[in-house]
Amino acid sequence: MVRALINCPKTAKKGEVIEIKTMISHVMETGYRPGADGKVVPRDILRRFTVRYAGEEIFSADLYPATAANPFISFHTVATQSGTFSFTWDGDNGFTQTETVAIIVT
Amino acid sequence: MTVITRRMAIASSLGGLSLLVLRPQAFATPTELAGAIAEFTGGATPQRGRLKLDLPPLVENGNSVSVTLRADSPMAPQDHVRAMAIFTEQNPQPNVATFRFGPRAGRAVVNTRMRLATSQKVIAVAGYSDGSFWSDQVEVIVTLAACVE
Repeated sequence: MVRALINCPKTAKKGEVIEIKTMISHVMETGYRPGADGKVVPRDILRRFTVRYAGEEIFSADLYPATAANPFISFHTVATQSGTFSFTWDGDNGFTQTETVAIIVT
Repeated sequence: MTVITRRMAIASSLGGLSLLVLRPQAFATPTELAGAIAEFTGGATPQRGRLKLDLPPLVENGNSVSVTLRADSPMAPQDHVRAMAIFTEQNPQPNVATFRFGPRAGRAVVNTRMRLATSQKVIAVAGYSDGSFWSDQVEVIVTLAACVE
């Protein structure tokens, strides 16, 4: 497990558009860069980021080596119901991590 | 002033040659860029407008450049942005990131951070639910490039 930061409001009014900011600690090694020994360092990136809200997929991103290290992504969604957001990052070398955040919608 | 000997001239020309030979595919070509955009749009040519790509025109550090995509859309079930993507002209790969939304996104705005290998053109394309594609492009100058070599 690596460190992931998620900035999401804990409460929201029904129908309100909320902004969610996410950041995860990851090198995003491009696979184009030589290491200290002169050999190209193998690629190690996060390829996919998926967000589910109460089980339904609301946002996803395909990432490529040109995404900066420690990928930061911010996006919006409409607060429709109380529930949980689940954030999943999938990457090379079998990397997968899921974080959940609860929201109360009034 | 140093006198350039025949030996030095040969050595330097060999050095130049090896530089040319040892850098295969360091940058994406315009055809690769066109191919990546065509793959995203399904062959359609995007029109200019309806999408705003926000990127600083002068980038000091190419390793992490904040980029914002802002599409003009009501995000209603019958009229919303389905996907947005960022492409570069001269990074090793043309693709940077592709974002997919639904009408539940509320606002078609995404902010992320990207790498820039050199001063170049950055292109963003948005695909709408009616099947149309819109794009915006920005020329950026990069002082410190992201390390690819």
